[in-house]
Amino acid sequence: MSTKQEFTITVYTENQIGLLNRIAIMFSRRKINIESLNTSPSEVDSVHRFTIVINEFEEVVKKLVRQIEKQVEVLKAYYNTEDEIVWQEMALYKVPTDIIAEKVKVERLLHQYGARAVVIRKDYTVFETTGHREELEGLIKALEPYGLIEFVRSARIAIIKASKGFHEKLKEFEEHEPGEEVIENEFLDKQDEVFTM
Amino acid sequence: MTNATTLEAKTPKAIPHSSGKQVDEVTGSQAVLEAFIAEGVDTIFGYPGGAIMPIYDALYDYHDRLKHILVRHEQGGIHAAQGYARTSGRTGVVFATSGPGATNLVTGLADAMIDSTPLVCITGQVFAHLLGTDAFQETDVVNITTPVTKWNYQVTDATEIPSVLAKAFYIAGSGRPGPVLIDITKNAQLQKFAYQGYTPCKHIRSYRPKPIVRKEYVEEAAKLINAAEKPFILFGQGVILGKAEKEFKAFIEKTGIPSAWTVLGLSALPTDHPLNVGMLGMHGNYGPNVLTNECDVLIAIGMRFDDRVTGRLDKYAKQAKVIHLDIDPSEIDKNVKSTVPLWGDCKETLPMLTQLVEKKEHKEWLAKFNEYTRQEVEAVIHDELNPTSEILTMGEVIKTVNELTNGDAVIVTDVGQHQMVACRYAKFNQSKSNVTSGGLGTMGFALPAAIGAKFGAPERTVVAVIGDGGFQMTLQELGTIMQSEVNVKILILNNRFLGMVRQWQQLFHDKRYSFVDIQSPDFVMLAKSYGIAGKSIDQRTDLKTAVTEMINHNGSFLLEVMVGKENNVFPMVPQGCSVSEIRLK
Ligand SMILES: Cc1ncc(C[n+]2csc(CCOP(=O)(O)OP(=O)(O)O)c2C)c(N)n1
Ligand SMILES: [Mg+2]
Repeated sequence: MSTKQEFTITVYTENQIGLLNRIAIMFSRRKINIESLNTSPSEVDSVHRFTIVINEFEEVVKKLVRQIEKQVEVLKAYYNTEDEIVWQEMALYKVPTDIIAEKVKVERLLHQYGARAVVIRKDYTVFETTGHREELEGLIKALEPYGLIEFVRSARIAIIKASKGFHEKLKEFEEHEPGEEVIENEFLDKQDEVFTM
Repeated sequence: MTNATTLEAKTPKAIPHSSGKQVDEVTGSQAVLEAFIAEGVDTIFGYPGGAIMPIYDALYDYHDRLKHILVRHEQGGIHAAQGYARTSGRTGVVFATSGPGATNLVTGLADAMIDSTPLVCITGQVFAHLLGTDAFQETDVVNITTPVTKWNYQVTDATEIPSVLAKAFYIAGSGRPGPVLIDITKNAQLQKFAYQGYTPCKHIRSYRPKPIVRKEYVEEAAKLINAAEKPFILFGQGVILGKAEKEFKAFIEKTGIPSAWTVLGLSALPTDHPLNVGMLGMHGNYGPNVLTNECDVLIAIGMRFDDRVTGRLDKYAKQAKVIHLDIDPSEIDKNVKSTVPLWGDCKETLPMLTQLVEKKEHKEWLAKFNEYTRQEVEAVIHDELNPTSEILTMGEVIKTVNELTNGDAVIVTDVGQHQMVACRYAKFNQSKSNVTSGGLGTMGFALPAAIGAKFGAPERTVVAVIGDGGFQMTLQELGTIMQSEVNVKILILNNRFLGMVRQWQQLFHDKRYSFVDIQSPDFVMLAKSYGIAGKSIDQRTDLKTAVTEMINHNGSFLLEVMVGKENNVFPMVPQGCSVSEIRLK
């Protein structure tokens, strides 16, 4: 049957103090670990965008997303599987400069991973890579033998492939009587599954 | 597509200052009270303290326009506001100070959240410049209450107050109602600002209180209903909150479908209505539980399939097609998968359905319910209402209340055996008459809620049915009754036990009675010390006269009835069992 899988949740919200907490506790209440969480502006001025990654059963995620969308300051929430999104994460690596300078192998490694030097100092150098989780983690493994001093990875950011963005939606939301297409009803799109008569 | 002119036309006008004069400047505190008046608030339940003193100071000048009930504990205040909301159908309002005053609201907020009760709670907060410094009576109220409020917000600048309160009232009362908490720092309460009147809120772009009704779903639902041979309706508080009692009655009367209620749906349909087949759930009636697993179409209206209603989910109504009417999209498919999800306000969806359904009678099917009722009467109800032993039962007390109030009273119940018995046996002729803590099961709810219920429906008799345990959780509110001279009938059903827990210990823990034999003070003497008349009885011969005295007494009255110590509430769906495994004993 169904197994837990990775879902990326995108939430369009008002930019409001306390909303992060309101959303975060909806996960902790259900004892769901948040793998990654990013908040940022969106394509629309004044609308905020959360990108949240969790591992869960789709049934759970579906209900959770509805509960999130129910929050007063949430405009819309979506969930997607990995193949429905374009996503990136970024990582920074700090390594001793002398070792990299000495070892040609390291340079080749960095090149291979597409890493770019952000800061080069006498004592250390900071590299940056952007990509998918496995790639970023591959480079940590590779750098460990050469005295990786510090590592940090950003939250995931994701673009939904099928999305037309939020501009049009927002206009509808601002209407007192929204058109039908805005309150899209997921059941309606899946009518075959719904009416099982 | 935005049409500026229509938008403008729909924007509500500002309501001028309540004094009727042109007022250029107000304090934040005055703005709060002006908002209340503009929203039609007449009663506030509250308790003062340091951080809310400016609001109380302003209230001093508003006592002609706003009634304030001084409670004895903030939990009492919020439960009273809940009682008020439930009988009046309006939003209840509460004042509390910062720190302990605010944390004392938490139980009531959780209760109102799970039972969808509209409330606006105002808490005072320390000066904005002290936030985060562990100042005296500072607690992070907004974060503490986030999971138990529909919305909450902290105001640090008075100019925000009119628009924030307008939002608060709009959110609390619209869509699926719920509690809202507004935390106002002391500086904002004191701050003066230019007053532009109060503009009610009618729209928030990120908030959709009502989903748009899809006609095709109504059509599908009607098709299912028309084809059904054994349709069954479950109704909940949504019918009451949606003010759709009439629409509901018209729908069931046209379709002739047997209808059963959840504890919170109780009183939406008169008890004696021929299609009212009784109560659902753990201590509900026999027929509705068993036949849930036999019906072919299950129509759930404004209810949320709580686990106390469904019992074991994987054995719940598996044979049935499910039509679920609810205003809250997140309730659809949450617990029970629906065949036809009918999002919307049932005040709109029910008449649409009624139009499309055929007029029918389901005589044979209804007879089946009646047959189960007959069995239940024989096995349980008859002896509960007409006991042969000398010891009084809770059921016969409720029966006597029914007879002497003609089913016109508001019955407020606490939590436990007496609650289940009252819900099972109380009779109701009109809606908004049953006030109880359903989803949270908060002991101590009834006494303060009854106070509020009376303010919400002053012309009605309010009877609070309370256990000996629960009464001791909030009995300090006797002081509120004394001071406010509110007329509440207090009926304590004393079984000298935390009865519901004892019942479980008897049935599921080998009768190992672990800390359930609770002692009580002399309740009558206690009432007397508050100037409240009272009486205690333990004889059947005294029952009728005592209840009559309680009802007819001019003012509040406490009646203690000593009932059987180890009586159990049956039928019962044991936890983890299917509804069709309901036990009659
Ligand atoms: C605040 C709170 N604490 C504990 C409980 C658990 N509980 C449910 S019913 C009950 C017993 C209630 O006893 P009483 O008020 O005497 O009513 P009875 O069941 O005897 O009618 C208890 C302890 C609860 N529901 N609420
Ligand atoms: Mg008791």
